Amino acid sequence: MPEGQFREGIAGGRLSADQYADNFSDLHPPLDHHEALVESDRCYFCYDAPCMNACPTSIDIPLFIRQISTGNPIGSAKTIFDQNILGGMCARVCPTETLCEEVCVREVAEGKPVQIGRLQRYATDVAMGENKQFYPRAEPTGKTVAVVGAGPAGLAAAHRLARHGHDVTILEARPKAGGLNEYGIAAYKSVDNFAQAEVDYVTAIGGIDIQNGKALGSDYQLSDLIRNYDAVFLGMGLGGVNALRADGEDADGVINAVEFIAELRQASDLSGLPVGRRVVVIGGGMTAIDAAVQSKLLGAEEVTICYRRGQEHMNASGFEQDLAAANGVTIRHWLQPKRVIVDGGKVSAIELEYTAMNGDRLAGTGEMLTLTADQVFKAIGQSFVPAALNGSGASIDLEAGRIKVDAEGRTSLAKVWAGGDCIFGGDDLTVSAVAQGRDAAESINRSLTQG
Amino acid sequence: MADIRNNFVGIKSPNPFWLASAPPTDKAYNVIRAFKAGWGGVVWKTLGEEGPPVVNVNGPRYGAIWGADRRLLGLNNIELITDRDLQVNLREIKQVKKDWPDRAIVVSLMVPCVEEAWKAILPVVEETEADGIELNFGCPHGMSERGMGAAVGQVPEYIEMVVRWCKQNTRMPVITKLTPNITDVRKPARAAHAGGTDAVSLINTINSITGVDLDSFAPQPTIDGKGSHGGYCGPAVKPIAMNMVAEIARDPETHGLPISGIGGITTWRDAAEFMALGAGNVQVCTAAMTYGFKIVQEMIAGLENWMDEKGHASLDDIVGRATPNVTDWQYLNLNYVAKARIDQDACIKCGRCHIACEDTSHQAITSMVDGVRHFEVIEAECVGCNLCVNVCPVENCITMEPLAAGVMDQRTGKPVSPIYANWTTHPNNPMAKVAAE
Repeated sequence: MPEGQFREGIAGGRLSADQYADNFSDLHPPLDHHEALVESDRCYFCYDAPCMNACPTSIDIPLFIRQISTGNPIGSAKTIFDQNILGGMCARVCPTETLCEEVCVREVAEGKPVQIGRLQRYATDVAMGENKQFYPRAEPTGKTVAVVGAGPAGLAAAHRLARHGHDVTILEARPKAGGLNEYGIAAYKSVDNFAQAEVDYVTAIGGIDIQNGKALGSDYQLSDLIRNYDAVFLGMGLGGVNALRADGEDADGVINAVEFIAELRQASDLSGLPVGRRVVVIGGGMTAIDAAVQSKLLGAEEVTICYRRGQEHMNASGFEQDLAAANGVTIRHWLQPKRVIVDGGKVSAIELEYTAMNGDRLAGTGEMLTLTADQVFKAIGQSFVPAALNGSGASIDLEAGRIKVDAEGRTSLAKVWAGGDCIFGGDDLTVSAVAQGRDAAESINRSLTQG
Repeated sequence: MADIRNNFVGIKSPNPFWLASAPPTDKAYNVIRAFKAGWGGVVWKTLGEEGPPVVNVNGPRYGAIWGADRRLLGLNNIELITDRDLQVNLREIKQVKKDWPDRAIVVSLMVPCVEEAWKAILPVVEETEADGIELNFGCPHGMSERGMGAAVGQVPEYIEMVVRWCKQNTRMPVITKLTPNITDVRKPARAAHAGGTDAVSLINTINSITGVDLDSFAPQPTIDGKGSHGGYCGPAVKPIAMNMVAEIARDPETHGLPISGIGGITTWRDAAEFMALGAGNVQVCTAAMTYGFKIVQEMIAGLENWMDEKGHASLDDIVGRATPNVTDWQYLNLNYVAKARIDQDACIKCGRCHIACEDTSHQAITSMVDGVRHFEVIEAECVGCNLCVNVCPVENCITMEPLAAGVMDQRTGKPVSPIYANWTTHPNNPMAKVAAE
């Protein structure tokens, strides 16, 4: 019976220990001191810099890069953290190729943008390595704020509120803080337990109490928070996973990609993590790419992403698609799942139907394709689960299934703000969640102090 | 194929690229390597008088400033003249000249400012059959404290006196090397000329401190916590050197005096610029100390290619060609009007032209047009200062376009005059010689 990569079914231990370590090392290794100086020197210090305008948190990028080039990485880190206290993680996970680096004038000039993300990582690594804390807390205000969810939005909000002297309690359903930074990012983008190091760095300001294992709707109700705190920030993210709507999707071997990614991030021994020999991922976003690439890195022989529309419609950036291709993942387009074929209670293949645009509508063409598979990942999007908000007494207004907020992050309920993936109108990016958490915190602060 | 053979005051070399008197020419080993690499000549590192050898510091001798990617822009040194035995140097010079007869070997000299000292050294140098001597009146550190080097070069009377001694006591051509650590380089050049020098070479290095260690508060290079001004050279000094070459070339009193150009020459283009301003050949040091001797191959090929392309047959066709165009400010044509123009296809929208103009100049470049990021010259405000051209990171993206005669200058509201008119005749000049019509 073949072993390793060619072992049939879903199995762990497909690779050697060295291969696991190598496959899950830093995707973009940190710049060393010399590299950072050379790269920082490429920045033109643009006027009204396009990169800065493209950043959801509006970091003063030319300034922080100039500070690196003048030998002031600590000052550089402060410039970053002033706008984005999770600048360390954003440096690792931001799709810079569609944000700051896409509009860098050197991308325009020569097709090689300044490596803003890696420079941001350099500066923040220096400051975090020294545990340099820049923000003293204001005098205590005596006000208390509850934050639901210890993800990027909640942490950014908590930090800003703590700076203003408010006491913050973060209620987190999972055993660890960090949200998607801890559970949802591909392992090779956040090595060495960085997500937890960042949580520690952010909460070191003081005045932030994180309570794990506290799930909204089961352990407490929103009405409790409104009653017991001066303000509430909701940053619980998306709890639901969209269904394939294909026959047999409940079979053994059909797995939510987000759960697979979370399990992988929490695994202490990657060789113990089983993966199929032939894996099919359904979806076209970052989660699909993360699941597919990591399946391949775990030793799957054959990994195929099937997306129901064309390459140009994929939510995953060009860089991410290239990353998948470079790792040997095949991306197929215009295919939608119809039926998971089960053999002996386990997935053995997936039947897909070709699609085409019929006017404005996507429709199946009737032509079918069957791909052999012993594991199928569902990565066709996540959804907000409003059920947890029920029992709050007053219902909160939703829009397109997510929480409706105004420009400052205020919900329809008094004293309640929201930000991150759970609100309507976002772009599901870590950096945007940070901006929303930060801005909601400023709004909360204004409301609490201008009483 | 262009002929780049050089004849400088009768000293012949296969190309106009000499290594300047400096560490790269301190001994036969280096000089032979230089000749193998293709250098046309060397000025052997300065010899002193017979006696106990010169002593150098044992800590850092060099300091530097850097640009992008630690590209060396300026170098400073506190090394003294050769610390090798005089007889060893003389033996090596003689042997190298014998082995490399087609290359130029000039010997740099610095001895005390008394006639006997010069009378003693000249015959022993002559005996090596070296092609000429260069009088080191420029070294700004150490030796100058002992009344030599720049201490002589800063007093025109001393220059004239020593040059005359040398001319009277040797058949070898005399090149007088000038220090830039003076206010008007024409004065020492005129003095050397009056003393009968065959040529001048310039510039020697500039007094400088390259940096300060902010932990120890010590100037750099730092010797046991202290520093001394060293001689500055390299690409950063090139504009200063070129001006000094041009000043001597166009001075009626020294016009025609051969000049060996020195100061930050790194590429063929730098060399061509010096020669256009009046240098008969050039001397190089920092570029070789940065990249090694091989750079001369780029210099030779680059100069030949440019000359071929432009139809210049020999060096005589280019030496001094730019000199007549160096003039005084008062003779510049005030009726010449140029405006900046931004090539929108080349523009990468960094906005540096805008912010430079907006913050520090004439508010003549837009940043936004119809709500879109767009950089364009506002001709009614543009004085043609060229700052935008200089700060733009894209070559030739912004150019200065002269307005043709008769075209309306939107800034002044007047048509451009076809007539040359300078400050000497300008109505605002109280000293105007002729009223402008």
